[in-house]
Amino acid sequence: MSVRVQAAPFDPGAETNAMHAANVGVGAVVAFVGYVRDFNDGLDVAGMFLEHYPGMTEKALGKIVTEAGQRWPLLKVEVLHRVGALQPGEPIVFVGVASAHRQAAFDACNFIMDYLKTRAPFWKKEQTSEGERWVEGKQSDTDAAGRW
Amino acid sequence: MKINVVYFARYREVLRLDGETLEGDFARIEDVRQALLGKGEAYAVLAGQNLMCARNQDLCRTDETLADGDEVAFFPPVTGG
Repeated sequence: MSVRVQAAPFDPGAETNAMHAANVGVGAVVAFVGYVRDFNDGLDVAGMFLEHYPGMTEKALGKIVTEAGQRWPLLKVEVLHRVGALQPGEPIVFVGVASAHRQAAFDACNFIMDYLKTRAPFWKKEQTSEGERWVEGKQSDTDAAGRW
Repeated sequence: MKINVVYFARYREVLRLDGETLEGDFARIEDVRQALLGKGEAYAVLAGQNLMCARNQDLCRTDETLADGDEVAFFPPVTGG
């Protein structure tokens, strides 16, 4: 189980492969990769800056991963989230979950992303064609987290 | 008692402050918020219904009780992922 918060880019393919490495008890790997889009809420997005709360970020993500491990039988969990300056097309978040069978991996990955979206202290500031703007929290994310 | 307050994202920008230390008697986070709202116009940014807060880097509600030396964070809804 690990949590990484970093400015550096990462390779989603390598991260996904590492979920299975050297563990033949793993029967299922579910990996979610979130990317920066070039368009949001009606405006072109040229880039974004991700602010976070150093210390709490790692703590909050660790709690989410621990809770996932209590709810489902998981063999490995990796959460990697970038901070700082990001360009459209770049991967921003990786959540990998390995388990013996697929259902636990699917559900745990979904749960971790829903909780990350509403409980981990990250904030996106977009550079758009009309200047900079903070991304607003979405009710649909709050609703999604509420179903667990 | 002494409370270390930190701000993030839009709140940090509006207040032009990363954080500040408050001295006084604060039973709950809501008491800290009320004290700040009285400090000046910019602090109205903390009056929003959707304000989030944390005590010692754990997410909590504004009725969370406080102890001397606690770190209290105020921030808008999170938007990672």
